[in-house]
Amino acid sequence: MRKRLTLSAVAVASTLLLAACSSAPAPAPESPSPTEAATETASPSEEPAPSGAELVVWVDENRQPAVADAAAKFEAETGATVSLVVKNFADIRTDFIAQAPTGEGPDIIVGAHDWTGALVTAGVVETIDLGDKAGAFEKVALDAFAYDGQLYGLPYALEAIALVQNVDLVGTEAPATWDDMIAKGKEAGTERAVVINVSATGDGYTSYGFQTSFGAPVFEQDESGSYTTTVGMGGENGVAFAKFLAENGQKGEGHFTTDIDYDINQALFSEGKAPYTIQGPWAIGAYTDAGIEVAVNPIPKAGDETPAPFVGVQGFYVSAQSQNKLLANEFLVNYIATEEAQQALYDADPRIPAFTAVAEKVAADPIVAGFYASASAGVPMPSIPEMGLVWDLWNAAEAAIITGSEPEATWNKMVEDLEAAIAG
Amino acid sequence: MLTSPKDTATRPTPRAVPAREWNGRGGGFLVKLALLAIVNAFGVAVVLAAWRVESYGILAASVAILVAVDWVYLSRRTVPLKYLLPGLIFLAVFQLFVLGYTGYVALTNYGTGHAVTKAQAVDAVLIQNERRVEDSASYPLVVLRDGAELGFAILDTGTVRIGTPDQPLYDDPGAVVDGEGRITSVTGWEVVPRAELLTDSALQQRVFDLRVPASANAEDGSIRTREGSTGAVYRSVLEWDPASDTMTDVDTGVVYTATDRGNFVAQDGSALAVGWRVNVGLENFVRAVTDTDLAKPLLRVTGWTFAFAIISVVSAFLVGLGLALVYNDERVRGRKIIRTLFILPYAFPAFLSALLWRGMLNPEYGIINDWFFGNAYISWLGDPFLAKLSILWVNLWLSYPYWMLVCIGALQSMPAERIEAAKIDGAGRWRMFRSITMPQVLVSTAPLLIASFAFNFNNFVIIYVLNNGGPRFADTSFPLGHTDILISAVYNISGVAGGVADYGLASALAVIIFIVVGGISAFAFRQTRKLEEIGS
Repeated sequence: MRKRLTLSAVAVASTLLLAACSSAPAPAPESPSPTEAATETASPSEEPAPSGAELVVWVDENRQPAVADAAAKFEAETGATVSLVVKNFADIRTDFIAQAPTGEGPDIIVGAHDWTGALVTAGVVETIDLGDKAGAFEKVALDAFAYDGQLYGLPYALEAIALVQNVDLVGTEAPATWDDMIAKGKEAGTERAVVINVSATGDGYTSYGFQTSFGAPVFEQDESGSYTTTVGMGGENGVAFAKFLAENGQKGEGHFTTDIDYDINQALFSEGKAPYTIQGPWAIGAYTDAGIEVAVNPIPKAGDETPAPFVGVQGFYVSAQSQNKLLANEFLVNYIATEEAQQALYDADPRIPAFTAVAEKVAADPIVAGFYASASAGVPMPSIPEMGLVWDLWNAAEAAIITGSEPEATWNKMVEDLEAAIAG
Repeated sequence: MLTSPKDTATRPTPRAVPAREWNGRGGGFLVKLALLAIVNAFGVAVVLAAWRVESYGILAASVAILVAVDWVYLSRRTVPLKYLLPGLIFLAVFQLFVLGYTGYVALTNYGTGHAVTKAQAVDAVLIQNERRVEDSASYPLVVLRDGAELGFAILDTGTVRIGTPDQPLYDDPGAVVDGEGRITSVTGWEVVPRAELLTDSALQQRVFDLRVPASANAEDGSIRTREGSTGAVYRSVLEWDPASDTMTDVDTGVVYTATDRGNFVAQDGSALAVGWRVNVGLENFVRAVTDTDLAKPLLRVTGWTFAFAIISVVSAFLVGLGLALVYNDERVRGRKIIRTLFILPYAFPAFLSALLWRGMLNPEYGIINDWFFGNAYISWLGDPFLAKLSILWVNLWLSYPYWMLVCIGALQSMPAERIEAAKIDGAGRWRMFRSITMPQVLVSTAPLLIASFAFNFNNFVIIYVLNNGGPRFADTSFPLGHTDILISAVYNISGVAGGVADYGLASALAVIIFIVVGGISAFAFRQTRKLEEIGS
């Protein structure tokens, strides 16, 4: 008995030790997540002096198959190895900033263009030069990945929100103005004339098309299209938009209400209780599943100017700490920036392609064409790090105005707070 | 093994087995040796791997652990440690290291714009400021090699030009270009095959870093290649001088000097985008209490955190205890089924329940207003007071079943004699509850109450999922709200979710929270000893 006890103590101890040893790298700040460890085919540290070069690419689940196809072709033609690490899209930015400085990070990541500012100031991202291939991409997509005159990402998909309407209730014709839309919506006789996501925290993103139609951009753009840190929402135009929100808010017409969040928005539109909504391409699946025939049009004007929703662009970044930059550039410029690979990316995850030739091909679909048109009128979501300060203040101010706060004072306070926060 | 000193030491009546006493090397020892060998082999593998990737911290820690393990399990004098060591190693790796690292980060300015080391920041600044010369062409390019020396050859409108870092581009009339416009051979150099270039990591690095001056005039920039088959002319706008620790803009002449705050700053105060991590001492802690924009909301958050944790624990405990008292009574029919039903909220994942509650509390579309308040418009999560009430209510709903379970257990394990004795002494119900039941229940549940307090103090899930800390404070530029507790405030300030990150400040706050929770727990555990004295 005693003997067994000693033995099992040793056995337990050594198992624990094995566990402790194997997790020895865990204390390092860059401890890899379980999914990553599981899907990584070969980590560089385990390979004895790699003979061939290896690219580590962080992708999310949706894009993994398309990138894998391009990678297979690349491997066959160059003899290099590509390891795809599947990660949660939302985690890639933070994890990359944390891991790249340790030298253990990936060579390439998939990401959104509005990370550019954070990645550039963190010093973890390499510049990219598309050379003659730049002309094959949509300009707004390249602008989105440009920061201080340098290109940092290879774009592949665009997305923007647009006006989605129920064809059975209001036909396919686009309303020209907000008032026009409300009139048609009321005529349809549904529970609501329009349903717009606000939610308790506020949603400046969804309402940004209306805001820009009053000429009140979040940040001003310089002549090259780069965003400056000058807040553009202040002054008369911003206040006009705030008053518009108040008039149509919960104490007014009730078209904007914090009670409607994304899920309720989806439910109401899918049940035919509202003929119009402002949504992105990701929401369409739920509508068609519910048997609603939809048409997609540009966002109607609330002010006098053309509404410009935020355009989000997705693409690939190269790590500044990569040991295989030449290979990484070769992979991106000569294997991903091709019509074939871009088409595969579209097939795997249908978003509006940033590659013009593919975009034009898929725009034969009227829904895609509608979002494409909306995106063409849009502006890139600012990627400067200061944008991070905007969201909370901006959303909260809109939510407050919609629930009945005095519009002018609330809006001006938000602009002042924002300017103070930016000044640091 | 039977006669190892440890056995003799722990054995109550040592048997004399002289024939084996001197030997002491039974089968058990062999097994121990084999296991130790496996551990050692694995440990050495980790050490070697750490050596190869130059992770000297991990290397030192692995060596220390390995030496400790061998000493403890081979020595005869370390009997207690043989049992304690695995736990101690876990404590060191998973607790002390994390604490120490958080403490270390709290002393730095790690965050947006200060994420890398200084050397990496210098590299990044130089990368970002090497710009392609405007309207310059892209040239087909090949990499050349002569022994260890590397160079480029480009095809410039029909002419092959070659050069090295030391020799600006010059024409090579002897070069051969094939029908597809590829340079196949040049005079005096070997053209590196593309396949070799793409599979040789070390060569790639050198080629990527190679710059060939476009002309004798440095102002004209240099040819570089990014993928090894095309080249273009680039110019560095900034020049790095390690001796004086400055970056100089070659166009404007502005000098950016490295500061001890981890930035390159010019005379006029403008700074370059990329900074690096530096030690800022206790500044983050000082900021948390002196920066009025931060300290005031933090104070309110702290107050609410205590209120939330205490009220959550006390209310759930009282409701649980009450239900336990009622449904522990043998006169209640079907109490087993009823008890099972009561436990249901505990069986759902908390975040899912919180999501459901968020939907139910929606003022216009939620069923709470619809069913119980005659379809009135009550903004449960939009009003600061109601939001706090809602969170306490949902948390009560989530946690009372746990206390009901615990209290039923405590009640059932209570010695029946005491109740009998009290009855004989003529004690009433209230007296019996106050003097016998309650102290007995508290003895067994007090440590759980403390644990529950510590848990609720950091109960991030319900705060984040139910209302994300909202409604927001109107008087601060930090993204904090009326129902934020300290841990969710730290999450928001850390910028993990997006926005501007300040890991240093967030770590400092985390350290403060640790001290508060640790202090309260230590104090409370001390108090429970008094209860145990009553109970025994």
